[in-house]
Amino acid sequence: MSSSKVATMRDAVGALVRDGDTVAIEGFTHLISFAAGHEIIRQRRRDLVLARMTPDVIYDQMVAAGVARKLIFSWLGNPGVGGLHAIRRVTEGADTSLELEEYSHFGMVARYAAGAANLPFMPLRSYFETDLPVANPLIRLIESPYGDGTVYAVPPLKPDVTVIHAQRADAAGNTQVWGLLGCQKEAAFAADRVIVVVEELVDEAVIRADPNRTIVPGIVVDAVVVEPWGAHPSYVQGRYDRDNRFYRDWDAISRDPAATDQWLRDWVYDLDGRAAYAEKLGDERLRALLPSGPAPSGVVDYGEYR
Amino acid sequence: MAVERPGGAGAAAAFSKSEMMIVAAARELAGQRVCFVGVGLPNIAVNLAKRTVAPDMELVYEAGVFGARPARLPLSIGDPTIVTGATAVTSMWELFAFYLQGGLIDVGFLGAAQIDRFGNINTTVIGEYAHPKTRLPGSGGACEIAINARQIFVIMRQSARSFVERIDFRTSPGNLGGAEKAERIRREQGWLGRGPSVVVTDLGIWHFDETGEMRLDFLHPGATLDEIRATLGWDPHISPSLAPTPVPTPEELRLIRDELDPEGMYTK
Repeated sequence: MSSSKVATMRDAVGALVRDGDTVAIEGFTHLISFAAGHEIIRQRRRDLVLARMTPDVIYDQMVAAGVARKLIFSWLGNPGVGGLHAIRRVTEGADTSLELEEYSHFGMVARYAAGAANLPFMPLRSYFETDLPVANPLIRLIESPYGDGTVYAVPPLKPDVTVIHAQRADAAGNTQVWGLLGCQKEAAFAADRVIVVVEELVDEAVIRADPNRTIVPGIVVDAVVVEPWGAHPSYVQGRYDRDNRFYRDWDAISRDPAATDQWLRDWVYDLDGRAAYAEKLGDERLRALLPSGPAPSGVVDYGEYR
Repeated sequence: MAVERPGGAGAAAAFSKSEMMIVAAARELAGQRVCFVGVGLPNIAVNLAKRTVAPDMELVYEAGVFGARPARLPLSIGDPTIVTGATAVTSMWELFAFYLQGGLIDVGFLGAAQIDRFGNINTTVIGEYAHPKTRLPGSGGACEIAINARQIFVIMRQSARSFVERIDFRTSPGNLGGAEKAERIRREQGWLGRGPSVVVTDLGIWHFDETGEMRLDFLHPGATLDEIRATLGWDPHISPSLAPTPVPTPEELRLIRDELDPEGMYTK
C-alpha cells in the first residue's frame, strides 16, 4: 500500500511549481486543469515556460497574469472562436516579448513521447518543404541510419511539472480517464513532477476493477488534488459539457486589457480556490452543463484466475 | 438569421454564399472513405457529407477519434459529442503516428489564412515571422495532414488578402512551385500524400490541373468571373468547360439550418 498523495491545490502548487519551471498543463480541449492554472496565477509564479499543444484560454489567462516568459506549442487559438488576444498583445507588432517555440501537433506529441521514453529525439514524416524548421531550428532533418531517406527529428520535451485533470484517481495517484486522451500519458511520463487533479477520489478497488482504463500509474504522480469542476470551462466526458459560452465571452474580455485584469481579479485573485469559483458560477450555469442523458459503457469481464 | 439571398427565385431556392460553399464542399466528398476533419468550415462540410453523399465515410478527429458520429455540430474540434458512439478513441500519438502517418487517411480537410495558386497554405503569421503583423494559430495538425493524407481538400472564403501570389509563411505544403517539382519531391521523400485536389470557396470550385495550379471548374450561382479575378492575387486558370455549380437542394439547406448550424455560426 502506498501512502496518500492527496493534497490541496494550494499545497500541491506551492510545493511542486517553482519560478522558472517548464510547466505543461495538458489536455486536448478535454480535461484542461483551469483550477491549477488559476492557482499558479494566485501564487504569482514568474518566468514559467508554458508547454501545451493548444495554449487555449488557460494560457491566455496565465500570460495576461504575467506568469510566463515563453510558450512551447503547436496551435495557438481559442478553438472555434478565434485568437488568444492576451497572447497576441505580446507576440505581434511592436511587442514580441513573449518567446515562442512552435511545432505541429504531431511534433509536440512526439516530443513528449521522446521525453517519456528517454530518447534523444523522435523521428517523424512532417515538416518537409515547410518554413517551420526555419522558424524553429530545433526541428532538424536527419538521414535514416538504414539508408532509406530522410525524416525530421524533434527533441524530447521533459517538463519540470505536468498537470493533468482526470475523472478519477485513488489516493496513490493511479489515474483513470475516458473520452479524449490527448497526450496526457506522454506528458505525465515525461515530467519530473506530476500533479493529477480529479473530479472524484476513489478507492483503490475501483481502479483495480478496470485496469485498462488507467492511463497514469501512481508511481509517476506526486500529488492528487480533488477539485470538482476543476476543468471548467473545459469539460469532463460524462460529467460536464464544454462551456462554449465562456469561450465566446473570453474573446471580448481578452480584447480589452483592463477587462482582462478585472476578470482575473474577480475570478482568480479574489477567490480562494475552485469551490468558490464553482459557487460564483452558480447552480444554474453548472446544471446547464450536465449531459443531456447517460451513455454508459458496456461491462467487460476480466475474469478471475486463481 | 440574416443571410444573403442571391438565389432570389422563391423561398426554396434562397441560400447564402456560405451555404453554397458548404454544400459544394460536402458534395466533393462523395465516394471518400476516411476523412480527417478540421476545425470550423471543414467540420460542417464533412458532417453534411456524412448525412448526404458519404454516409459510410469514417470521420477522424485529430483530438483522437476514429469513426465519430457527432450528434450535434461541435464548436471546438474537441467535444464530448465526437466521443460518445465513436468506433475508437485513441491517444494523439496513435492518431498521428498510426492512422495519419500510417496511411489510413484518404482526405485531409483544411482551412487557410493564405493560399497560393499551387495550394501551399499559410496558417502561421501575416508579415515577418519574428515580428508578425498578425500572429495566426500555427500548424496544429495541418502540416502533417498535408504531407500524409492521400489528398487535401481546402475550404475557405475567397479574398485578395487570402488568395495571394506569395504566402508569408509555408505552414502546409501544396504543389510547391508546380506539379513536376512537387511530384519529384514527394517521391524522393516518401510522402504518402498526393497534395491538394480541390479548393472550394464562396465563389466557385477549383481543382488542380496538370501544371499543379488551381483551375476554376465551377462558378457558384450569383458569382461572376470579375469577382473571381478581383479576389485573387494572380491571373487564374479557368476551365474552357466552366459550369455553374448546381444549387443546394432543399434537403441540404434543411440539414445545415435545422441540424448542423441552427445558430448560423458558419453560415452568416
